[in-house]
Amino acid sequence: MRPLLVFLHEPPHIPFVKLHTLGFVVSILLTLASVGLLATRGLNFGIDFRGGIVMEVKAPGGKADLEAMRGQLNGLGLGEVSLQTFGQPDDVLIRLPRQPGDDAAQNKGVETARNSLGPTYEYRRTEVVGPKVGGELIHAGTIATMLAILAIAAYVWFRFEWQFGLGAVISTFHDVITTLGLFSLLQLEFNLTTLAAILTIAGYSINDTVVIYDRVRETMRKFKQMPLGGVIDLSLNETLSRTVLTSSVTAVAVLALLLFGGEVIRGFSAAMLWGIVIGTYSSLFIAAPLLLHAKPRRGGEKPAPAGTAPTKA
Amino acid sequence: MLNFQPWKTWTVILICLAGVFLALPNVLPATVVAQLPSWMPAPRISYGLDLQGGSHLLLEVDLKSVTKERLNGALDGLRTALLKDKIGYTQLAVEGDHIAVTLRDAGDADKAKGLVRDVDPDLEASQTPDGKFSIAYSAQSIAQRRTSAVDQSIEIIRRRIDETGTKEPTIQREGEDRILLQLPGIDNPEHVKELLGRTAKMTFQLVDEGISPEEAKAGHLPPGDEILPGDDAAARQGQPTEYVIKKRVMVDGGTLTSASATFQDNRPVIQFKFDSSGARRFADTTRDNVHKRFAIVLDNKVISAPVINEPITGGQGIISGSFTVQSANDLALLLRAGALPAPLTILEERTVGPDLGADSIRAGTTACLVAVGLVGVFMIVFYGLFGIYANIALFFNLCLLLAALSTLGATLTLPGIAGIALTLGMAVDANVLVNERIREEARHGRGVISAIDAGFSRAYATIIDANVTHLIAGSLLFELGSGPVKGFAVTLCLGILTSLFTTMLVSRLLVVWWLRRTRPKAIPI
Repeated sequence: MRPLLVFLHEPPHIPFVKLHTLGFVVSILLTLASVGLLATRGLNFGIDFRGGIVMEVKAPGGKADLEAMRGQLNGLGLGEVSLQTFGQPDDVLIRLPRQPGDDAAQNKGVETARNSLGPTYEYRRTEVVGPKVGGELIHAGTIATMLAILAIAAYVWFRFEWQFGLGAVISTFHDVITTLGLFSLLQLEFNLTTLAAILTIAGYSINDTVVIYDRVRETMRKFKQMPLGGVIDLSLNETLSRTVLTSSVTAVAVLALLLFGGEVIRGFSAAMLWGIVIGTYSSLFIAAPLLLHAKPRRGGEKPAPAGTAPTKA
Repeated sequence: MLNFQPWKTWTVILICLAGVFLALPNVLPATVVAQLPSWMPAPRISYGLDLQGGSHLLLEVDLKSVTKERLNGALDGLRTALLKDKIGYTQLAVEGDHIAVTLRDAGDADKAKGLVRDVDPDLEASQTPDGKFSIAYSAQSIAQRRTSAVDQSIEIIRRRIDETGTKEPTIQREGEDRILLQLPGIDNPEHVKELLGRTAKMTFQLVDEGISPEEAKAGHLPPGDEILPGDDAAARQGQPTEYVIKKRVMVDGGTLTSASATFQDNRPVIQFKFDSSGARRFADTTRDNVHKRFAIVLDNKVISAPVINEPITGGQGIISGSFTVQSANDLALLLRAGALPAPLTILEERTVGPDLGADSIRAGTTACLVAVGLVGVFMIVFYGLFGIYANIALFFNLCLLLAALSTLGATLTLPGIAGIALTLGMAVDANVLVNERIREEARHGRGVISAIDAGFSRAYATIIDANVTHLIAGSLLFELGSGPVKGFAVTLCLGILTSLFTTMLVSRLLVVWWLRRTRPKAIPI
């Protein structure tokens, strides 16, 4: 059985190296914009990080009367109550700010709201995060992301050369920062699952970069006299079919999550989808052309004998 | 690359079959699983609280209060010892993390130091330049006490939760002073929170009959006494009461062996029984203090202070406070389970109702099935026969992942399901890499066998590098993440491992079989 479609019969001749200055400019602009957004608008931290109360309730009678609920809850003195329907018309997400006082005060807030709405509502989910835990989670999350990127860079350095490691770190930071920028721009809720998504994006982006670097290294060894720009162009074009197909197929899987996975992981799926796009872009236009400037060592390596793997893992 | 020794073939086949076999119980309905013969392992993936519904509580043990309470205890002991040995002092008080003492006569210093050691060998006394004594617990002993306080809290929490009949609670230590409590199936944890919110430290202490609370409050509080609020019948009716209580604990609630709620004169009361040492002390105290009031103090509140009419020597008694049936039952439960060594605070609470959990499972499963379907179609469209092989490998990949999750006892969360869907996408990457490489090698003029062989072997180095980096990210997530994120990391890491196995061995085996069977002249991709 033969394939119905072939994405690219022959490798194309896209002048990636020529385009890379444009790519750099776009990326620098994107990064600066993201940093600016993060500095001015900041992130819309969910309760995981900010502390506070979220309750998901199902209203009786198939449809929620938000106005009535708002009136009822606002009269309780719990601070600014935000209500939002969530999926179905009778699914309501109630957000309460962090209650002044200690952790016990947070629990009291939930009880007050619960008692006020009464038992006809179905309480689908209640989350209370104290201010103490929130701060720690931000801290742990930042450390996890940094460590992950550094550990991956160390591995790439170990398996390739430091120039590759550097390129991988820069492009991964680029992906992470622009993802954060997107979250800031759209004010999407940033919570623990989003953090997991960002780490996964880092992993995915590196994965993509490594595949391309692997080919660059192989081409470098095969054509010792070819200028570095030519090596990079050839490698990117030869692996382009794979890059596009893999990204599309992963994107398809993530799209299924986004459409059918339910509200709870919607933010996660959205982050992942963006991550796949930006990760693929940065491998092609940032990570690979960066080698042009970092200039990895070319001599001294043995050419790979035909028919065997260039390096045995 | 295309040589498959028989033993290798069989190992791959056996592992795949084992995967299917172990994954099967997760797919079969529970009734079928129950009928399986007992020798067959039937592990099922356990669902996280976000999928099955339940409560997740993160508690913090107030360790500061442990040290503080211990210092207060030492202070009482020290005061008694100093009085007994007639060592004069001008000041004696707990200041922060130590006890400060100023002796009237500096010559008593050595004697006082000896006393400190007698009171508690863990205490260390040091003299400050201004002639004061600073007495504190050694760092080592504090650390030890903190650890044991957390361990003890876990034990007490377990007992309290067990008494409520909650099924399969998970109680585990998190960090230095935290306890994570997971209660599957509990969608309103108010009662549990109420039970955990009380230390339930009960003591029997004498009421100081010589002075009224008003006089004591006016500044005449005798040393060794304290004023405690009442939680008795009058207080419940809105008339706050107060008692002057002698600090000395006559009998400790820790000596109770049983407590149960019952009725007396149609009112709920608590019946209790002491162990032998408690019974002896209770008998001694009641004998020596007939016609005086004996206060039952719970968490620094007096729940009742009956007059001792006659010595009670049987080692059992009744507490009649102002209880409802529920509160009597709760108190009896708390007394049976024992007192917490320190108060607990709830740092984080996440509760998911059973319906939302069921919805999440449905949504997650749908998403996974759609993802599998789309990926499968995609592979066949772009790679034809080799796409079918990749899909077969993908199927075994899913089975192995499910099998690994269920045999390792991992918990599946909603982000975990996302991890599975994502793994599917990644698993395909390896197949794409191999197939693209084969295509490329063929384009460069290699023959069928040679191109396939080179395709596999060249792609492998890349696959390994790409997956190792991913695995690094995954394991860091696992190490540093918490709750649902951890669940995601588990499926991601296991998924990477199983997909490495299935692409590197299963799809290759399928291609090798096809090569041997058909001896093709051209590559179908």
